[in-house]
Amino acid sequence: MSKILILGEHDGKTLNPSTHKCVTCAKAIAGAEITVLVLGADTAAVAAQAASIHGVHHVLRVDRPENAHPLAATFAPQIAALAPAYTHVFGPSTSFGKDLTPRVAALLGVPQVSDLMAVEGAHRFRRPIYAGNAIVTVEADAARILVATVRVASFEAAAATGGSAAVASRTLDVVLPTHTRYVGSRSGSTDRPDLQTAARVVSGGRALASAENFKLLYDLADKIGAAVGASRAAVDAGYAPNEMQVGQTGKIISPEVYIAFGISGAIQHLTGIKDARTIVAVNKDPEAPIFEVADLGLVGDLFQVVPEISRILGA
Amino acid sequence: MKKILVCIKRVVDYNVRVRVKPDESGVMLDGLKMSVNPFDEIALEEALRIKERGTNAEVVAVSIGVADTQQQLRTALAMGADRAILVQTDQPIEPLTAAQTILAVVRKENPDLVLLGKQAIDDDANQTGQMLAALWDRPQATYASKLELDGAKATVTREVDAGLETIEVDLPAVVSVDLRLNEPRYVKLPDIMKAKKKPLDVVSLESLGVAPAVWLKAVKTQPPAQRQKGVMVKDVAELVDALKKKGLI
Ligand SMILES: Cc1cc2nc3c(=O)[nH]c(=O)nc-3n(C[C@H](O)[C@H](O)[C@H](O)COP(=O)(O)OP(=O)(O)OC[C@H]3O[C@@H](n4cnc5c(N)ncnc54)[C@H](O)[C@@H]3O)c2cc1C
Repeated sequence: MSKILILGEHDGKTLNPSTHKCVTCAKAIAGAEITVLVLGADTAAVAAQAASIHGVHHVLRVDRPENAHPLAATFAPQIAALAPAYTHVFGPSTSFGKDLTPRVAALLGVPQVSDLMAVEGAHRFRRPIYAGNAIVTVEADAARILVATVRVASFEAAAATGGSAAVASRTLDVVLPTHTRYVGSRSGSTDRPDLQTAARVVSGGRALASAENFKLLYDLADKIGAAVGASRAAVDAGYAPNEMQVGQTGKIISPEVYIAFGISGAIQHLTGIKDARTIVAVNKDPEAPIFEVADLGLVGDLFQVVPEISRILGA
Repeated sequence: MKKILVCIKRVVDYNVRVRVKPDESGVMLDGLKMSVNPFDEIALEEALRIKERGTNAEVVAVSIGVADTQQQLRTALAMGADRAILVQTDQPIEPLTAAQTILAVVRKENPDLVLLGKQAIDDDANQTGQMLAALWDRPQATYASKLELDGAKATVTREVDAGLETIEVDLPAVVSVDLRLNEPRYVKLPDIMKAKKKPLDVVSLESLGVAPAVWLKAVKTQPPAQRQKGVMVKDVAELVDALKKKGLI
């Protein structure tokens, strides 16, 4: 039987929806027994949230002051100490998971499968390569622990309620390194929905031409309750912060609707939006490659189109 | 800072769209333009800037791959690396084996810093740096967009989902780089000539004591699901209408 350990992602207060998506992926493995692990300084609140996720059987807490920030060098040896009791270790394909899971795998001496997008069996999965231009089916050795990241855009979040897992606290006799220290962070947190889980995303490219002009998109986003994304070109030019980048090397998202303004549609960008239910493109170039994948396309100047949409939608 | 090791991977150029083989055994690579993985180029640029800032560190480029990978290492030498090492093999190398191989080179070279791209744009695995750091039992700073060195420490700003995070690591350490760390220089013709004379050692996996394992079996490779081509609308009113009908705004 498969015993799956999911590395819960959280900020000390709230469990990240990436954890719920990992649970959905784990549930796709027949008969899986699912444990969510939360490491932190005080995980009481997030452990309770994990315990109520539909489909979770156990929650493990490892609380110690060194776990206040999710440093891979600190977390990995603790996870590696717990892993031998499991057949699978899953983390989300977020910056938290991508940083952490390979370190766990290497400590265990096992390979990792990155970005699981579909489960075909307990040790057989599909994953994208070449910026999503090919999908490979891989099979891992069932005799080893399988470490993987779950491509969060490929799975719906498991319901946050309906579960009643038992929560257990563990103390681990693991010596932690002191060579890696957290200094600080900056996040442009806004009241807008989170880009990775938003149902609606409005996004801008190089054509926006300034950070100032991005306000047009923020205004529209606020009207329709959307998150705001950007192309790499827009981020590189300083029009938008890095956490807004969508694409192969930014965020891979799967909103209900993605509305792209002045984005050409480079393969690296399209990789990030292929799972959107509906793609809308506004571009002044009728030949722009984004129109190849757009469900709805409009040839036009975004500086006229965006204000007009806002006007039609009213105050 | 005496020595920096930079890992270089030979990959299909980022401008090329790969196609899947009809028999699903992999992707067609014959005749495609091959380049240095763009992230590794950024890693090398950073190493060169550290060198040029007056540390005069020796910059050693290392790659694992087929004989033709010498081309990418020559590019690295032309950019300014002092010497290069090719661990030559015809076998496909998975990230864990790559990490074990680089570790063997690290044990010989004893660098103060290992720089490499956060991911290679072929298999998009995003694993090797973290695995190397684990096997080496040293710090990792992934997704770096800023790197400051201060004696035996480095302060690294990392691009994370929530924004930017700063960590401090003791050296030696592994730093995996993101796109915004720097903009790599262009190679000039005289540098290409000079690079021909720089040392490029070719060694085997066996000589490093690494046995390449097939950890994961690729059963088949298929094209992705295609999106249906959509419709063009003529004006904003029609666009808003269509979105409203679908319940999307
Ligand atoms: C290793 C690597 C990784 C990468 N990762 C990513 C990634 O994660 N995400 C990403 O986005 N890119 C990524 N890129 C970059 C990618 O290749 C493209 O360069 C980038 O996506 C282009 O951004 P853009 O569409 O905003 O700019 P451009 O390609 O310059 O397109 C601008 C578009 O705006 C249109 N336009 C101009 N003015 C107007 C106007 N007034 N109204 C309407 N339309 C207008 C133009 O017709 C054009 O189509 C990566 C590249 C590499 C090499």
